[in-house]
Amino acid sequence: MRKVLSIIVIILFGVFLSLLAIDLTFGVPENTGMDDYFIKNGQEQIATNNIVTTVVFDYRGFDTLGESTVLFTAVIGVALIYRDLRKEDVDENE
Amino acid sequence: MRMSKIVRFSADMLFAAIMIFGFYIIMHGHLTPGGGFQGGAVVATGAALVTVAYSYEEVLGMIKKTGLMLQESIGLVMFAGVALIALGLGTTFFFNYLANSGSLFGMSVPYGPNPGELNTGGVLPLMNIAVGIEVWGGLAIVILYMLSGIGKTKEG
Repeated sequence: MRKVLSIIVIILFGVFLSLLAIDLTFGVPENTGMDDYFIKNGQEQIATNNIVTTVVFDYRGFDTLGESTVLFTAVIGVALIYRDLRKEDVDENE
Repeated sequence: MRMSKIVRFSADMLFAAIMIFGFYIIMHGHLTPGGGFQGGAVVATGAALVTVAYSYEEVLGMIKKTGLMLQESIGLVMFAGVALIALGLGTTFFFNYLANSGSLFGMSVPYGPNPGELNTGGVLPLMNIAVGIEVWGGLAIVILYMLSGIGKTKEG
């Protein structure tokens, strides 16, 4: 009974997702003002062929600064968890 | 515990190729797909390969934890510093003051498809290098710290 119910739920959820996906249109966004601006002016203003890098490092530079800070904080967290506890005890005894 | 001689030799051979590929991705971040984050991850893969092939004590002799931590900090400071220089020049934060200036990375790019020139992009290559230094230092030191945890478990 439980198995049949879960299978029915899975099928219903799959149908629901499929119905949502049918209406999607890939490659034809409704508002293209921002994209057109980047493609038209990116090479002139930033002198870079790679428009993705232009957006990531120049137009949206603050976002990249935040990403770098998040990575830095994550590494510090890992270093905190894996720090050498035994060495710390020796320092306390001294 | 170190791996067999075949594995270590293959790792030595692959290490150089991985490093060159990673530095290439970082340097050409403003021309080809990729950039600082992706290239730094590739370089950190080289460090992971060394840690797989050699024992923990040998890896500690080859790669220094303090050096990697220093590289990570230098990368973040360099990234913020390159962005802060724009404030000193009287423009806004993150302004691309080197683009189209004719100096370092200052060549102009024509509109539309073109072969691409390494000496373009203004501050973008500098920022790619800074992020690359930070990412390879950060990811490599995460790998080293986790390996040190494994070594402790074996000793106890």
